[in-house]
Amino acid sequence: MIEVAIVLLPLAGAIIAGFFGRLIGNRGAQLVTCCLLGLSAILSIVIFVDVALSGNTRVTEIFTWIDSGDLELSWAVKLDTLSAVMLLVVTVISTLIHVYSIGYMAHDKSIPRFFAYLSLFTFFMLALVTADNFVQMFFGWEGVGLASYLLIGFWYDRPSANAAAIKAFLVNRVGDVGFALGILGTFVLFGVVGFDQVFGAVSGMADTNFVFIGIEGHALTIICILLFIGAMGKSAQLGLHTWLPDAMEGPTPVSALIHAATMVTAGVFMVVRLSPMFEYAPIALQMVTYVGAATALFAATVALTQTDIKRVIAYSTCSQLGYMFFAAGVSAYSAAIFHLMTHAFFKALLFLAAGSVIHAMSDEQDMRKMGGIWRLIPVTYGVMWVGSLALAGIPPFAGFFSKDMILEAAYGAASTHGMFAFWLGVAAAFMTAFYSWRLLLMTFHGQPRADAKVMAHVHESPKVMLIPLLVLAVGAVFAGYVGYEAFVGEGRVDFWRAAVLVLPGNDAIAAGHHVPTWVKVIPLVMAVAGIGLAYVMYMLRPGLPAALVARVRPLYLFLLNKWYFDELYDAIFVRPARSLGANLWRSGDGALIDGVGPDGIAAATRSLARRASRLQTGYLYHYAFAMLVGVAGLISWYLFSQVG
Amino acid sequence: MSSWPILSLVTFLPLVGVLFILFIRGESDVVARNARYVALWTSLITFVVSLSLWIGFERGTADFQFVEKTEWMPGLGISYHMGVDGISVLFVLLSTLLTPLCVIASWEAIKTRVKEYMIAFLVLETLMVGMFCALDFMVFYVFFEGVLIPMFLIIGIWGGERRVYAAFKFFLYTLTGSVLLLLALLAMYYEAGTTDIPTLLDYDFPQAMQPWLWLAFFASFAVKVPMWPVHTWLPDAHVEAPTAGSVILAGVLLKMGGYGFLRFSLPMLPDASAFFTPFVFTLSIIAIIYTSLVALAQEDMKKLIAYSSVAHMGFVTLGTFTATQQGIEGALFQMLSHGVVSAALFLIVGVVYDRLHTRLIERYGGLVERMPAYALTFMIFMLASVGLPGTSGFVGEFLVLVGVFQVSTWAALLAASGMILGAAYMLYLYRRVIFGTLVKADLKAILDVNRREVLVFAPLVALVFWMGLYPVSFLEIFSASVTNLIADHERSLAASGGGSLAALWPAR
Repeated sequence: MIEVAIVLLPLAGAIIAGFFGRLIGNRGAQLVTCCLLGLSAILSIVIFVDVALSGNTRVTEIFTWIDSGDLELSWAVKLDTLSAVMLLVVTVISTLIHVYSIGYMAHDKSIPRFFAYLSLFTFFMLALVTADNFVQMFFGWEGVGLASYLLIGFWYDRPSANAAAIKAFLVNRVGDVGFALGILGTFVLFGVVGFDQVFGAVSGMADTNFVFIGIEGHALTIICILLFIGAMGKSAQLGLHTWLPDAMEGPTPVSALIHAATMVTAGVFMVVRLSPMFEYAPIALQMVTYVGAATALFAATVALTQTDIKRVIAYSTCSQLGYMFFAAGVSAYSAAIFHLMTHAFFKALLFLAAGSVIHAMSDEQDMRKMGGIWRLIPVTYGVMWVGSLALAGIPPFAGFFSKDMILEAAYGAASTHGMFAFWLGVAAAFMTAFYSWRLLLMTFHGQPRADAKVMAHVHESPKVMLIPLLVLAVGAVFAGYVGYEAFVGEGRVDFWRAAVLVLPGNDAIAAGHHVPTWVKVIPLVMAVAGIGLAYVMYMLRPGLPAALVARVRPLYLFLLNKWYFDELYDAIFVRPARSLGANLWRSGDGALIDGVGPDGIAAATRSLARRASRLQTGYLYHYAFAMLVGVAGLISWYLFSQVG
Repeated sequence: MSSWPILSLVTFLPLVGVLFILFIRGESDVVARNARYVALWTSLITFVVSLSLWIGFERGTADFQFVEKTEWMPGLGISYHMGVDGISVLFVLLSTLLTPLCVIASWEAIKTRVKEYMIAFLVLETLMVGMFCALDFMVFYVFFEGVLIPMFLIIGIWGGERRVYAAFKFFLYTLTGSVLLLLALLAMYYEAGTTDIPTLLDYDFPQAMQPWLWLAFFASFAVKVPMWPVHTWLPDAHVEAPTAGSVILAGVLLKMGGYGFLRFSLPMLPDASAFFTPFVFTLSIIAIIYTSLVALAQEDMKKLIAYSSVAHMGFVTLGTFTATQQGIEGALFQMLSHGVVSAALFLIVGVVYDRLHTRLIERYGGLVERMPAYALTFMIFMLASVGLPGTSGFVGEFLVLVGVFQVSTWAALLAASGMILGAAYMLYLYRRVIFGTLVKADLKAILDVNRREVLVFAPLVALVFWMGLYPVSFLEIFSASVTNLIADHERSLAASGGGSLAALWPAR
């Protein structure tokens, strides 16, 4: 029953805060949601010990959800190492962010609503990671999308927030169509949608083909690619990434929880959860690798030029998700989850620290208007360093362990796509370090660029915000070191058990442990180089960035405008859909169907009747004449027919 | 209980209320008030009585239940034959549930000719229920056509500015279809010598005859659904109809078409159905994508929801003609879900229309500030309409897609992409009405939903979640009937050489 409670407690919190917020007040809503989530987190630790460490994997069915013909599925909680890890990460980070929000949102006018949304999100996320079938996963999947929509648009009076919320929902829906079709394909192929049943039958279907939209192909490859499209939407991978930077319109704790630590990693989780299927679809895995590596590099390039502190971190998230995907793509699933876990800590830390900066700077997010504040907010400054060191992969911080493992595994995979991912990943590592220190230096160092009034207000955040930051900082320092052995080290087989499947010959992690030394060192060299370059450009020679921009202006604009993806999509999809809709309505429905159909027939009838009525003149001689003509006609017809 | 003629009771109980209302005399205020109360109590009692169908209905069998049969025109072999199976029983309940809600929703909105209005609704209820219970084609036809009359009056008398145009458009469209339905009915009668539906279900109509009968049915049912391109009456009818009229129109009347396909076209004319499946698929896909795009361009709230209805009903026709277990169950579920959700959405529009007397989206904005409860209710139904898992809308669409994927992956892909557009127009509508800042002067004093309105929405909200989270309690009702229908369908197709008509199509 504990596992059911873990999932439902946040829902209870959401309902209480949402419906009785006015009754229990702001304080009550905060207290209820934080306590219930805290309880959920404590129970998750219990479950983690029981399931991941002691090996009591199990599935608890709650009740039947859908039963139609052969399609049968239940609401259930599936516990294995993978879901236990996710439970722990999600509940712990979510609890910390709930607590942080008490301080961050203290001046907001609808506090209960905010906490209700946060808890609701957590519920959906937990339902997603504990699903034992595709459809419940889809439930959580769309549910977190809803919560994300609600939270991005939390400040509903801002048009930009509303637009970003709708964009996030719709772009995710595009991916979800892929996911849904993947589920349908799975059902048609296997006749079941439960993970355990499907995974049990995968090896028997390894050589099956089927036809999808006229293309005959390897069934599992088609299905896995469709499912991966869903993962791309949720995890903001290249092509479907456009919503994530805009999602920064939401309050900062939301960005930390949903758009960095948990929800956006759902796509990675999905690929890992479905590793028994992806393993039999090598082409799909290659695609995952290419897309992941391309995203890692693409997002890092964009992050180089952004000036909004949150957007830099958002693109960094996008880029790090790319690392996780290409890890999964080379069958290093446990490395992907390892990075997911460490990333959750340090990225949540970076976002919350950024929130603390924004808080201190009177809601300013533009780094060009910051600077020279590191003495004023020392704790925030300190944790920002910790987060950046972890992100850049400097030992012994958490990111070092996981990111190096991923790059080594990519190299160790010894395949074309593995090498592609390795080199792009190395390049992205350089950029990561550069933009992280660019952020640090622009935000905290140099001359203050804010006006005097703002500077007079700069203050360290309250304890309720600092404590979660410090807890996360501890995670960002130690999570990698502590987890390494179990997640990707020698103990990984005993730790993961059957939660992930790696076919013999695909074990990139084992290969990754035996790569040449230069492979192990190069990411670190790159990171240090990136930091050094940032130090030169933003501390020693502050004139350099502007001079560089002047030299390569087109490239700079291309990056600043995010490779013009938004403009492109607007021109290809958004505007045509609108004008098509308006045209179909006015000319299709209006002129064509109604014009020819009902209105046309009505008009024709009316004019016919008008003409007919003109015959009714009322003059006797007209009628007599008509009669005569008629009689003459009849007689002649009679005569002719007689003759004929 | 079985000795009671429950179906006749449910069908004709509203007419008893009509009798009462007819006898009300006195001051016009008093008459209006009494008429409202009589209508409310009658419809509530009818609903309670109809609940015995839910309780007494035996799950797991495809037989007709609560059957009543009396000779009507013995010389012609026409009898008064009533009964329900898994396919029809829930529609009876949907009708008896929505009628009292309509009465409550019209409590203050209707101020003129209240007596006649309530009579129209009670008569309408009788006709709707009778239509879903009828097991004789003649009886079915009488009810099916009879529904037109009160609806025509409701739109034409209590409607908006262009009510007469809308009422006539509605009437002419549906009547054209009905004439052909009557012809088909006569043809079947001469061929099979009976109008008894269970007998006709077992009768094998000759191959040469099937396409013509099918087309005649199609003309009538497609207009009712409505399918593209005969859907243009719907937006006009909805826009002009009073709120409660729209609720019944979207909630029940559209289902008559889908029900007709399931009761007549598919089981009685299996070869023709197989032959015309690509045709129906094409029209359904066009309906889903075309009307979703059109909905995106709407400026009138009711029109937008009307177009969304066409798109959602596209899933119904799609699922029906997959002739798979999931497809048909999905179609049935989608009809029920749409009955609840679209009815609720029209009520949602009615709430603000009653306050501001406009349906133009641009006249609203920022309502959440003054109407948080309203915003939440709207959100729930909006999400159900979008098909979010956990709400009723998801189950139907998902099952339909499961069915479609087995038959045509192209259709599944296109229908699934309708999900994106569906989300687009609903979220866009919601944003323009509810979100933003409240700046318009006449919205500053707008009031949130009152007790009466809460009473209307509460059961619908409960149903949306019940159907979304535990759909099994509905699926188990129709599963046996659907299984039986498919088995019969496949048997007839096999008997006639695997659908030799369908072989006329190029291989696909």
